[in-house]
Amino acid sequence: MAKLHVTTTINGEPTEFLCEPHHTMLDVLRDNLGLTGSKEGCGSGDCGACSITLDDRLVCSCLMLAAEAEGHEIKTIEGMAEGDKLHPLQQKFLEMAALQCGICTPGVLVAADALLKKNPNPSETEVRYWLAGNLCRCTGYDKIVRAVLETAAEMRGAAE
Amino acid sequence: MSEMTNKWIGTSTIRPDGVDKVVGRAQYAADSTLPGMIWGKVLRSPHPHAIIRSIDTSKAEALPGVKSVVTAKDIVDFSVGTPVPLGIQDMRWMCRNVMAREKALFHGHPVAAVAAMSADIAAKACELIEVDYEVLPWAIEIDDAIAPDAPILHDFIKFEGKPSNIAGTLEHKLGDIEAGFEEADVIVERSFDTRPVHQGYIEPHACLVSVAADGKTTIWSSSQGQFMVRAMTAFLTGIPQSDIRAIPAEIGGGFGGKTIIYLEPVAAMLSKKSGRPVKMVMTREEVMRATGPTSGAKSMVKIGAKKDGTIVSAQATHYLQAGAFPGSPIRGACGCCFAPYDIPNVYTLGYDVVSNRSKVAAYRAPGSPIGAFAVESTMDELAEQLGIDPLELRLKNAAKQGTKAAHGPVYPVMGYAETVKAALAHDHYKAPLGKFQGRGVASGYWFNAGGESSAQVNITEDGNVVVTTGHPDIGGSRASIANITAELLGIDYRRVSVLIGDTATIGYSNLTGGSRVLFASAMVVTQSTEKVIETLKGLAAKIWGIPADAVTWSDGAARPAGDNAGKFEPLTLEQLAARANESGGPIGAGTQLNTTGAEGGFATHICDVEVDVELGIVRVVRYTSFQDVGKAVHPAYVEGQMQGGAVQGIGWALNEEYIYNKDGKVDNPGFLDYRMPVCSDVPMLDNVMIEVPNPKHPQGVRGVGEVPLVPPLAAIRNAVYNALGIRFNSLPMSPPRVLERLDAMREAAE
Repeated sequence: MAKLHVTTTINGEPTEFLCEPHHTMLDVLRDNLGLTGSKEGCGSGDCGACSITLDDRLVCSCLMLAAEAEGHEIKTIEGMAEGDKLHPLQQKFLEMAALQCGICTPGVLVAADALLKKNPNPSETEVRYWLAGNLCRCTGYDKIVRAVLETAAEMRGAAE
Repeated sequence: MSEMTNKWIGTSTIRPDGVDKVVGRAQYAADSTLPGMIWGKVLRSPHPHAIIRSIDTSKAEALPGVKSVVTAKDIVDFSVGTPVPLGIQDMRWMCRNVMAREKALFHGHPVAAVAAMSADIAAKACELIEVDYEVLPWAIEIDDAIAPDAPILHDFIKFEGKPSNIAGTLEHKLGDIEAGFEEADVIVERSFDTRPVHQGYIEPHACLVSVAADGKTTIWSSSQGQFMVRAMTAFLTGIPQSDIRAIPAEIGGGFGGKTIIYLEPVAAMLSKKSGRPVKMVMTREEVMRATGPTSGAKSMVKIGAKKDGTIVSAQATHYLQAGAFPGSPIRGACGCCFAPYDIPNVYTLGYDVVSNRSKVAAYRAPGSPIGAFAVESTMDELAEQLGIDPLELRLKNAAKQGTKAAHGPVYPVMGYAETVKAALAHDHYKAPLGKFQGRGVASGYWFNAGGESSAQVNITEDGNVVVTTGHPDIGGSRASIANITAELLGIDYRRVSVLIGDTATIGYSNLTGGSRVLFASAMVVTQSTEKVIETLKGLAAKIWGIPADAVTWSDGAARPAGDNAGKFEPLTLEQLAARANESGGPIGAGTQLNTTGAEGGFATHICDVEVDVELGIVRVVRYTSFQDVGKAVHPAYVEGQMQGGAVQGIGWALNEEYIYNKDGKVDNPGFLDYRMPVCSDVPMLDNVMIEVPNPKHPQGVRGVGEVPLVPPLAAIRNAVYNALGIRFNSLPMSPPRVLERLDAMREAAE
């Protein structure tokens, strides 16, 4: 089967790859490009562990065909920190123990970042419904929600 | 160690492995690759019960890109006649669970496996394998499996002299229950049933295995124990343990479900036959069909009490589903169900029942939540019949130091009553409730465990510390180890690196499981660090020219022990490390122990629910856990265990269940239809940590990971009763089931 040639931007880097037509963006990120921060928990868009953004829109990379990346901009967990400077969400998750096994963490962080870009002052309920697509089996979500709310408050403080 | 002097133990420090995990760099099993690596896929049985007459792999082998094919012929066969125990597993069953041998025993049972140049080719090759099955009748539910005319899974399993699906029994006996029931003024007797639920770790099972031409084998895999992986793979492949190096990847959740292996021996044989490294990753559907879950159960409970609430006699019978092979957690169900109470006459009996489901695996306090659901629900009715507050009833009968438990021990220092008292005193217990809201309580127990552990503590030349243990870090144990090491050495916790050693680099260590890891690893880390401090003191003594016993260690430095020892400026860890090679050599120490002295853990939970009586949806609106945690070495991660356990319990009570269709297949093998709690399903979760230190542990650790899943099932069920006046003795209380009962109640009222 002829492979497709795709030209895209991933975490700000111009990127080209070859893929099969049926391969997902998650397959290509993990198996072709070595970007294994996005995890496959379900392959059906139900767990959110593979969350990325496509032109700043939050998507499950397991539900997106890799060919759809053509001409678009993709961001993954690997693009969240700037060099050795962690994103405030990443820092807060560490300080508030908002991760246990850590497998859902990249997806949760990408989703939370997308939320705060859209709504810098979410209520607890808004955080809970926004993150309802990101399964976590370890934490019971309590510390995750608190960390997102606290980061939002700090980021608003820093922006003022 | 005095409470007052602790600088790091009891504080919520940042975990040593945290940064890698938040930037997506931490390496889980499916993230590994090797040069020349190929992909393995498993062909699974489409039938719940079938004789395998023959397997023809020739067409698959002929497909371009296919490099090797494996069937049961390639896995070591252990005869069914002789037990081959390894830990709590029996290799007779493991060799048949990993690859079906005489029969396929559940839908999804592995039958063959292929390794090929791509996962796509391997999957296509699986479709080309021809298996001739003789389909047999099957039994899924306990009642079907124990019926007189039930299809028998294993002819060699006999119960009362006849072939049976009852693979074993367990009983605990204390006193004389019949005499006890005669003394009772009130007796409550009820039956319960729960459905199998999956551990639901977000990371599917995965491994990468490389077998070299000389047989040297390296395994990268996600598991709760690299030594378990090494031993089981050796048993099932015939490769000597000394030729296998099992490297623990980061683990993306386990909860007991990764205490056994599925893929590793298959990947090893695919690698051996192909001469290439082989990676295998399960899909979520494969995880749901062929790994875990924990048992579904039927339980009968009878409790007798006097008018004043004194329980005089108690009896429980639990039938637990084992899945296709023996090994359900009857020990947890029978041993834990009455463990919080001081009852003179107790009898518990457990039946291990095989049926055509995937073999069950441990799930967080295995068996105990099932037993507690039955007993704690019955306790609630008993309290009502006696007109006693349910927490007061528990407090009146609370086990305490010196109580003889039916499962064996005479309890030492313990904090069960403290959890009940704290719950009684908490604001939550007095808060007003709204319409269709109800409050429930329940208690729970888990044994906890010690066992084998190894640690190595090394000082770097620049005066920092590297600690290596043999336990995969499933939920933050590295952070606790860093706290303990830093505390003992008197240095900043950020100077301590904590690594998980592989089977070739650290001494034998048992699984991460049983709430044992911090209990055991803290012991060996403490002893190793104490040995290192002795070495450091010896170096200082040599430099100063005084006896070693004239040197003390405090605040990260060696100091002369009083004026008689001489006047010397302290020598810090950094200074001693820098001078180590001129004054004695490398600084490090290792310890290997079979740790003993583990003590059980207790918890009491309060839960408020609100029921949508039109839709049948039960929502948990407030939840508070009270747990005797022994000593919280890292409070945030202890809370995390309490919170995570509570939410798993909410899922078990309200929604999670395996649904089988008429063909004996799981109908909901994915996260869409197997509905685990999501973020918007649950409230914030309050925790009260009660610290009654374990006197047999250097830091007072008791073990905290499993108890949190024990009380929720009954606490939620009791809350639903208080909201609706309906007692659910079957789980889950999912919307269709709740609506059915509500409709029946409404019809009866008309």
